Amino acid sequence: MSRAKLQSLILRLAAYAAIALTAAALVFIVAYIIIKGLPNITPSLFSLKYNSENLSMFPAIINTITMTLLTLLIAAPLGIGAAIYLAEYSKRSSTIVRLIRTTAETLTGIPSIIYGLFGYLMFVIFLGWSYSMLAGAFTLSIMILPVIMRTTEEALNSVPDIYREGSFGLGAGKLRTVFRIVLPSAVPGILAGIVLSVGRVVGETAALIYTAGTVAQIPGNLLSSGRTMSIHLYALWQEGLHTGQSYATALVLLAVVIGLNALSSFIARRLNGLSGERK
Amino acid sequence: MIKLKEELMRAVFLICACVSVLAVALICVFLFSSGLPAMAQIGFSAFLTGRVWKPTNDIYGIFPMILGSLCVTAGALAIGVPTGILSAVFMAKFCPKRLYRLLKPGINLLAGIPSVVYGFFGLMVIVPFIRNTLGGSGSSMLAACLVLGIMILPTVIGVSEASIRAVPESYYEGSLALGASHERSVFFAVLPAAKQGIFAAVILGVGRAIGETMAVVMVAGNQAVMPSGLLKGLRTMTANIVMEMGYAADLHRQALIATGVVLFVFILLINLAFSLVKRRMNL
Repeated sequence: MSRAKLQSLILRLAAYAAIALTAAALVFIVAYIIIKGLPNITPSLFSLKYNSENLSMFPAIINTITMTLLTLLIAAPLGIGAAIYLAEYSKRSSTIVRLIRTTAETLTGIPSIIYGLFGYLMFVIFLGWSYSMLAGAFTLSIMILPVIMRTTEEALNSVPDIYREGSFGLGAGKLRTVFRIVLPSAVPGILAGIVLSVGRVVGETAALIYTAGTVAQIPGNLLSSGRTMSIHLYALWQEGLHTGQSYATALVLLAVVIGLNALSSFIARRLNGLSGERK
Repeated sequence: MIKLKEELMRAVFLICACVSVLAVALICVFLFSSGLPAMAQIGFSAFLTGRVWKPTNDIYGIFPMILGSLCVTAGALAIGVPTGILSAVFMAKFCPKRLYRLLKPGINLLAGIPSVVYGFFGLMVIVPFIRNTLGGSGSSMLAACLVLGIMILPTVIGVSEASIRAVPESYYEGSLALGASHERSVFFAVLPAAKQGIFAAVILGVGRAIGETMAVVMVAGNQAVMPSGLLKGLRTMTANIVMEMGYAADLHRQALIATGVVLFVFILLINLAFSLVKRRMNL
């Protein structure tokens, strides 16, 4: 074999080995959590109350859903509004637009523990909300805001200009065009972004420990503390010796993430289908 | 009337857009106003280069944690970057279409798995494995590097793949026409042309690794001492905050927030580097 051929072979093998390693890591993690988790899923884990005999994760599940809805309620209108401004109203080069883009990019890069510290300082201490669902939701809203902004803006930009021109031509104003014509055509893209941010909310731990707190019950109101599933898993580790329940929680978390991923790629496929029709 | 409504909604959208500016401003104000006074009280150099962290004696030196963060980040890069770039090459240039349809969602899933699940996996699989084969307690720098190396894979793969795909096809074809094989064309003509994007991918990976909290806390051992070896435990800045914030008070609490400030400055620098690389790519 010539040197060049040998080199080609080695390069090819290196690429194969790397992807095999990546795939193996994924398969191993998923399979491990499923195999260890399934036998530990018991009906008692889904009882309404958490106590020291029965470490039910049901309150955590309810809290996760509450937290997700609350966060979306705050972040989705803000993020979509911001994206509408960036995509439909702004001039590309103005200083304020550059500032908005730079700060949104900065927010994307900030690690969740910094959000946790900030949320603790601002919502828990400064505004005096103590550890509460509301403090957690506001903290997470800031965290997912750039995700919603970016995906919505991309979705709005992918709506062909001909739609807007047609609407203007028929005498509709800017606002009407945005709400009746542009936004409806961008719905799948916006939804895909929202599903993505739901995934981040569900998986978030570091930003919530010191904002939403770790109480393992369903809170009576939004100003009380409640743990989500991710915090539940972390808290079980801290308390130690609850391996079975931890496996079960990890499995439920993983299942939710797999479900969300499938949903977002389903939406994305529909999106591609639609734009295909348009051409 | 309609004109007024138009103007009003325009203002509403602008206000929405300014929330991100406000958020960054608030984060800076709250972090710096709580962290900087503590740093001043402890003494900047004593805080940043002090090698002892003993809150009970009011000794706050976070040098071991800074070094710890840098160590695990370097380790994660050593594992994640070569694997990630080579995987991206495979995804962009070697992958059959049908396999791609399976691999791409898989890599997205890898990005979506919550960090606490990675941590739990590391705790149950990687830590015992290290303990049984290499000795020590298992909760170690090596465990943290391995877990983080896996966690930055999807970031590195995603951005690298996109930048490899962005290289004009003529580079590849030109190289083929000169008689190079498929592999040599990909590795020696296409890959160097994508190096800016790959560099951006590495920077993003650094940001992800240095800011990661839960996965590291669960596997790194968290002893507040200078990192002293792959098999020894260490504590990162993120772990320092999350471990002690729950019971800290007064100066101790402020010192933890100051740790957050240092981490925040690191992240801002990384962001800056990233946007510089991105701007050069656009040119």
